[in-house]
Amino acid sequence: MTGLNMIGRSLLRDDADILKSSSPGSTRVSSGARWLKSIKSIQPGLVLAWFVMAVVVLWALFPQWFTSYSATVGVARQQLRAPSAEHWLGTDALGRDLLARIIYGAGNSLSGAFVAVGVGLVVGTTLGIIAGSARGRIDEAIMRGVDVLLSIPQLLLSLSIVILLGFGIVNAAIAVGVTSIASFARLARSEVVRVRTSDYVEAAFGSGGTFSRVLLRHILPNSLTSVIAFAALQLGWAILTISTLGFLGYGAPPPTPEWGLLIAEGRNYIARAWWLTTVPGIVVILVVLSANRISQSFGKDRA
Amino acid sequence: MSRYVIGRIGQAALVLWAAFTVSFILLQALPGDAILIKFLNPELGLGPEQIAEIRASYAADSPLWMQYVHTVSNFLTGHFGYSIHAGVPVGDLIFANLPPTLWLASLGFLLAVVLAVTLAALSALSPLAWLRSFIQSIPALFISTPVFWLGILLIQVFSFQLKLIPVINPGPWQALILPVLTLAVPISAPLAQILMRNIDHVLTEPFVAVARAKGASHRWVLWQHVAKNAVLPTLTIGGILFGELLAGAVVTEAVFGLNGLGGLTQRSVGDQDIAVLQAIVVFSAAAFVLINLTVDLLYPVFDPRLRVRQGALA
Repeated sequence: MTGLNMIGRSLLRDDADILKSSSPGSTRVSSGARWLKSIKSIQPGLVLAWFVMAVVVLWALFPQWFTSYSATVGVARQQLRAPSAEHWLGTDALGRDLLARIIYGAGNSLSGAFVAVGVGLVVGTTLGIIAGSARGRIDEAIMRGVDVLLSIPQLLLSLSIVILLGFGIVNAAIAVGVTSIASFARLARSEVVRVRTSDYVEAAFGSGGTFSRVLLRHILPNSLTSVIAFAALQLGWAILTISTLGFLGYGAPPPTPEWGLLIAEGRNYIARAWWLTTVPGIVVILVVLSANRISQSFGKDRA
Repeated sequence: MSRYVIGRIGQAALVLWAAFTVSFILLQALPGDAILIKFLNPELGLGPEQIAEIRASYAADSPLWMQYVHTVSNFLTGHFGYSIHAGVPVGDLIFANLPPTLWLASLGFLLAVVLAVTLAALSALSPLAWLRSFIQSIPALFISTPVFWLGILLIQVFSFQLKLIPVINPGPWQALILPVLTLAVPISAPLAQILMRNIDHVLTEPFVAVARAKGASHRWVLWQHVAKNAVLPTLTIGGILFGELLAGAVVTEAVFGLNGLGGLTQRSVGDQDIAVLQAIVVFSAAAFVLINLTVDLLYPVFDPRLRVRQGALA
């Protein structure tokens, strides 16, 4: 997904530029007017995106609040029931409630995505900050390594890592995270270099700041904004990629409920039970769309 | 050949070597051992000496650096080793599985370009603002759609509901329609986004204002001035999207049960067949490098402005 990452990043960058040029002057508005303005500027799409994310996070944290059915134990003689009042989204071939499996699956899919983004964010950003602050040979060495990571197609890289670590949801998540290290490192480095050359950092050095102090107080806070927006974008992408690995059979082993695996299991019954594949896919799309929408707004708010 | 071309080729070779090394390190550091998995099977009834002999024939016990040098020289002379699982040369496996994937990928990419251009053209030509923003939000939906789910959905709709394409024994062309569509949709999204952005960008250029001032219609401006300038940067993205195309092929082949490079990849991961997987990684890295090299070298042919700059460089 190198291409997608690049495009997403350039979109974020552009939004940031636009807002930077329009920000001065808006600080003198009275608080009442500002409140009115903020009510008017509410975007229904963004609200919906936050709502979807909130629901999914609640599913992941407290699945038992949302369903009384078990995600792994089926009900006898209720196999392959179509959606009804009793089972809102129908049941699968073992009589398990599909809604319950989707709700319990949120925990696996979301935690996997967080692990993946965490790996990319921590390792990639650290490498990028080191490269951007150290410059010279260290910078050169790190960034050439990053170029190499980018030359291997991401799915093949993550499959190689999955072979190395073994199958399983955490391993699949780590594999997905490693493939995003390169993009995080590039972004973090370019941000650090950009902030480093700005006037206020020069001034901070000029007024006697030591390197580590200037790094912590000025460079890091100012360069991390776009990294965080990018991390939100990566969250949606990680959910998508982890579900792909799950579908191929390298993620969570059955009967664990995981969104990609749910679709894979439903595939055997497409002629008789359309809901088994269709509904989990729509859930994935909604969550990924929401993550992308939220990431866009992050880029704007923080700039 | 100019200095630019030689430098660019050297860079490509370097990237390829690095990709080989990374995949070698990743796959040789493997804790599981494919040889033991296959031959320790008690049903084969092999004694420890025979297993040692087999391991020696795969050079599995020599030091890592020797294996590395050995593998590099073999790859350079076109020997990709033997599949541990199937026992046949990896090169044969790859070339036997290449044609279906090549068809799928090239048709998929072609359709993706057609879809992207159609979307971009529709959004540029639509007179209504809401219709425009609706069309411009379609790629975001495409990007968020899992490829495997799309494939299953298409089978469900076209094979089971509408019964347009038979599930069992479809004709060779019928069998390709749904996989190609599945592959094309996610690839078309970034292409369409870039095209739309480029069109918007080119429309603000001074030469468009000049053309308008001379009395050109919106359509004329789009076709004569904007199209050429907007398509060029898309060429670069086309090269970058190769990895996407490959990943899409793996998943699409898994959904539709096609035999190709994607299916081979999936099987070799399941069997922990390192030799095959490494050859696939190197092979696709080579294809990636080659495609991007071609795009870079073709760029000046399509864009006369670059020829001047490149001349200044050489």
